[in-house]
Amino acid sequence: MNIIREFGTAEFLFILVAARWTILLTLASLAIGSVIGLLIAVMRIVPLRPLNWLALAYINLLQGTPVLGQLFLFFFGFSIIGIEVGAWAACVAAFSLYTGAFLGEIWRGSLQSVPRTQWEASAAMALNYGQRLRYVIIPQAVRLSVAPTIGFIVQLLKNTSLASIVGFVELMRAAQLMNGATFSPIPIYLTVAAIYFIICFSLSQVSQHYERTLHVPR
Amino acid sequence: MSLVNIQNVKKRFGNIEVLKDVSMSVQKSEIVSIIGRSGSGKSTLLRCINGLEEVQGGKIVVDGIDVTAKDADLNELRQQVGMVFQSYNLFPHLSVERNIMLALTVVKKMSQGEARDIAAEMVSRVGLADKLKAYPDELSGGQQQRVAIARSLAMQPKVILFDEITSALDPELVGEVLKVLEDLASGGMTMLLVTHEMNFAKSVASKVAFMHHGRLHEIGAARSTIESPQTPELKSFLDAVLH
Repeated sequence: MNIIREFGTAEFLFILVAARWTILLTLASLAIGSVIGLLIAVMRIVPLRPLNWLALAYINLLQGTPVLGQLFLFFFGFSIIGIEVGAWAACVAAFSLYTGAFLGEIWRGSLQSVPRTQWEASAAMALNYGQRLRYVIIPQAVRLSVAPTIGFIVQLLKNTSLASIVGFVELMRAAQLMNGATFSPIPIYLTVAAIYFIICFSLSQVSQHYERTLHVPR
Repeated sequence: MSLVNIQNVKKRFGNIEVLKDVSMSVQKSEIVSIIGRSGSGKSTLLRCINGLEEVQGGKIVVDGIDVTAKDADLNELRQQVGMVFQSYNLFPHLSVERNIMLALTVVKKMSQGEARDIAAEMVSRVGLADKLKAYPDELSGGQQQRVAIARSLAMQPKVILFDEITSALDPELVGEVLKVLEDLASGGMTMLLVTHEMNFAKSVASKVAFMHHGRLHEIGAARSTIESPQTPELKSFLDAVLH
């Protein structure tokens, strides 16, 4: 009796279906991370020193430590203080904080790329600070940030493969499991690479499309 | 009582004194042209009037509102004081109509319908009724500047500040913008203009104020001040710009 399985259709489908967890983890981290990122970006530019400092500290802390370390901290750290978090919750928490730091910096850059004169013109029209941001600065910054934001999402999606290390069964972990059962690393990891590539390539196509259509400022 | 009252205003950028004890008052329906060399403090003076720049001394009162007070409500003030900039500063992501509607709906809390009517009215007042749905990058510099004037007018300010609004325009486009200013002048709008258009200053303005090294060096009735300057500094400035 042969206990080593062949890498066949069933194994391929197992990996393909696991890709949904890669996508879901990316989407969940993106959703929460965007809220954090917007907050961080605005905190970086408002004329209030303590907020600037706080946001900068957050960014430096998150960008200056490896995501894997943050992931371990959530996964193991909480159980030490008696709170049990599952792999999914730990991963979403870690990747959201990480996303918040990077999107915060990207969006701060975009906000600051909107010319100073747009702030002045909207101030001269009696818009208050929040209204200037909301109606004049942010809409223009969004157009500037499309390409770097999608670039970051591609990075995030690939980095979610780190979740495999804490046992969360996403694309990479599924591949490891199948490899354990079939011992066919080459076809398995080529399959995985192809799936990552297809998702990331589609994303960069979307980015290029938006860059073409949104480049005209409107 | 004067509409704009500037008393002993001092302004520094770091160690550089850009305004040294400037005093001036503007009555309702008066048109004051502020002239002078670049760096003389003309634009800075204008920007202090709507609080875009903070002053370090003196007092500016516009329509009873003390701009220079610590607790000044600048957003209340700016509804009374319009401003048009050299580089137009239209919002590139909004159509002409939306550019004008923005402050009406957001600041004045008008309905979309009301604001849209005013936008249409203002745009036809500057002769651009057919450009209502256009975006700023589809317009010439002169047209953009006329939209900027319309946007400012829509708020029904008591006074409008014009900061070198024809300086960035190609020479053949200056006329259409000055024409709009003349219409405003004949409608009784109070205006302060920083300008290099001496003929305009002479024919349309009621007063000319000459700034020199951060001081208000000479001020007087427009025509006579330009035709027979009293100080050698103004004379040499006019000699330089009129030839």
